[in-house]
Amino acid sequence: MAIAREAEPVGSLNEVREAGLDREDLLGIYRNMLITRGLEERGHILYKQGKIPGSFYTGRGNEAASVGVATAMGAEDVGTPLHRDMGVHITRGVEPWKIFAQFMGRIDGPARGRDGNVHMADQNLGLIAMVSHLPAMLPVATGCALAFRIRDESRVAVGWFGEGASARGDVHECMTLAGTRKLPIVYVCDNNQWAYSTPTYLEYATEHVADRAQAYGFEGVVVDGTDVLAVYREAKRAIEKARAGGGPTLLECLTLRMEGHAVHDDAFYVPKIMFERWAESDPVERYRTWLQQNAEMTDDEEAAIVEQVKHLLNESLRRADESPMPTADDLIDGVYAEPEELETPHHK
Amino acid sequence: MAELTYLQAISDGLRTEMRRDKRVFVIGEDVGVYGGAFKVTLGFQEEFGPWRVIDAPLAETAIVGGATGAAIMGMRPVAEMQFSDFVSCAWDHLVTIAAKQHWRAGTPIPLVLRLPSGGGFSGGPFHSQNPESSFAHVPGLKCVCPATPEDAKGLIISAIEDPNPVLFFEHKHLYRRIKAEVPDGRYTTPIGKARVHQAGTDVSVITWGAMVYTAEEAAQQLGDLSVEIVDLRTVMPWDKAAVLESVRKTSKVLVLHEDTRTGGFGAEIVATIAEEAFEDLDAPVKRIAAPDTPVPFSPPLEKAFIPQVEDVVAGLRELAEY
Repeated sequence: MAIAREAEPVGSLNEVREAGLDREDLLGIYRNMLITRGLEERGHILYKQGKIPGSFYTGRGNEAASVGVATAMGAEDVGTPLHRDMGVHITRGVEPWKIFAQFMGRIDGPARGRDGNVHMADQNLGLIAMVSHLPAMLPVATGCALAFRIRDESRVAVGWFGEGASARGDVHECMTLAGTRKLPIVYVCDNNQWAYSTPTYLEYATEHVADRAQAYGFEGVVVDGTDVLAVYREAKRAIEKARAGGGPTLLECLTLRMEGHAVHDDAFYVPKIMFERWAESDPVERYRTWLQQNAEMTDDEEAAIVEQVKHLLNESLRRADESPMPTADDLIDGVYAEPEELETPHHK
Repeated sequence: MAELTYLQAISDGLRTEMRRDKRVFVIGEDVGVYGGAFKVTLGFQEEFGPWRVIDAPLAETAIVGGATGAAIMGMRPVAEMQFSDFVSCAWDHLVTIAAKQHWRAGTPIPLVLRLPSGGGFSGGPFHSQNPESSFAHVPGLKCVCPATPEDAKGLIISAIEDPNPVLFFEHKHLYRRIKAEVPDGRYTTPIGKARVHQAGTDVSVITWGAMVYTAEEAAQQLGDLSVEIVDLRTVMPWDKAAVLESVRKTSKVLVLHEDTRTGGFGAEIVATIAEEAFEDLDAPVKRIAAPDTPVPFSPPLEKAFIPQVEDVVAGLRELAEY
């Protein structure tokens, strides 16, 4: 039996306005979702061209969840997005050419070729680079919230994890700390139903991951992660609640991982019917239809956005491809930070 | 100057920084109301309040991961593991995130982790370890192991000031046993600079932490032999130049540590001497360390485990006679 609250879908334009979005915002969200998907689709092409070393991970199917939550964040809020959350980087304003450069191990990627994939972040945009150990970033996000609480700032931290990562002890430890100290944090679980090849019933025995929130003393909410506006509304509620001193929320976005764990995985273990059923609520298609029916998005308007995104991504790819590979000289420096690096606005 | 115990000197340094810099805060198990298992932070919560001296749940991962996040947000956390042995529960956050974040993402992590370590009082396998070698092996971490009250104060201040994750190994067996004059006010002791504990000309002992005093006692028993004791003070970074200088001076070297032998940090020192000062040696380098077992509980076993004064006396005699 579910303990977490199951969120309602967002129906009308009026409800959206109540949640704080105008028409411009709505089209911006669509644009960000298209950039997110388009960027990862081009990543696949780069991979097939042999331009991406190692493997390649995407968040297809998770665009609404990632863009929806990021849209609800304030400029001063911070987050620790993971490998299905490209939409967070895009929404916070990371330039796509730097992401392509990162994919290809080039010197202009945020990690300068030292790390790959979505293991990157622009700290000036309030993001912290993830590690492969899931969900090790959750305690880090909790520590950000702790800093905000110590300094009595009205900022909120957002920490992402998946339903697979929910099995790890990190989740329990940091939610215990955040619950007891009522920290300003929102835990976002991208539940895409497959942890590599492991289905949900082998990861957790409750109906929802969010059901656990009650045990930590805060609210759990489950939202349809393919409905970008419902995700936005719930994330906004949770973030503003945290900002107002109401403590953490565990927001679970239910989606489906529409591709394999990574490019090397054909996901043979996912029942075909599952893909077919979820394809019917593809987040990008679903939102496009909603915009046409509720926000009077015209064909011309849509075509203009699509064209703009295509141009942006093509230009970004071209620019990224001009970025050189790192050399052996780029390996050694920076293992340790220098004192003057702490002379930043963050560390003052 | 005031005479302080090693433990009081750590408290003094920490309090000095907390009074000076409001970004510095303490988080750990029982550090607040109780003042810490060893009372290093006794009275801190009264002075600095519950949000700068934070009693955490029994959750080392959350403590170290949380301290990392707070450091990224501009705080200067000083986290405490109740015993250094419990850092195993926080390994991931130190090694996976804190150590690598600057190199791969350009994010400095000014974090101090206090680690009460070492044996000598029947703490058994889980309250006596010296895990500094494991962390010295991880690029991106610094490891500090003071032996004297003066260094304990100066190094805790340097550790807080440092823009990197610094592991501060404070030896429990020195806490109340070692007392010395400590300068008043704020001063720093550089990380990466060794100290000559006593100068000598016949044999060098390279060591750190509680073993500095074991070496000192051994030297006293060997009145006829001039023993130089080099206290590394920090093992990462370690003062290679000071070690090589002492080697060149005496040409006979004993490397001594309380941690187990195989893969212990002494091996790194010995290898470096072999690479860079082979021509200066008049005898094979000698190594004295704990045997490769967990730390035992019962007093006779623990005595057999931790290098004793008589072991060092025997080692020095052998070297002298070579």
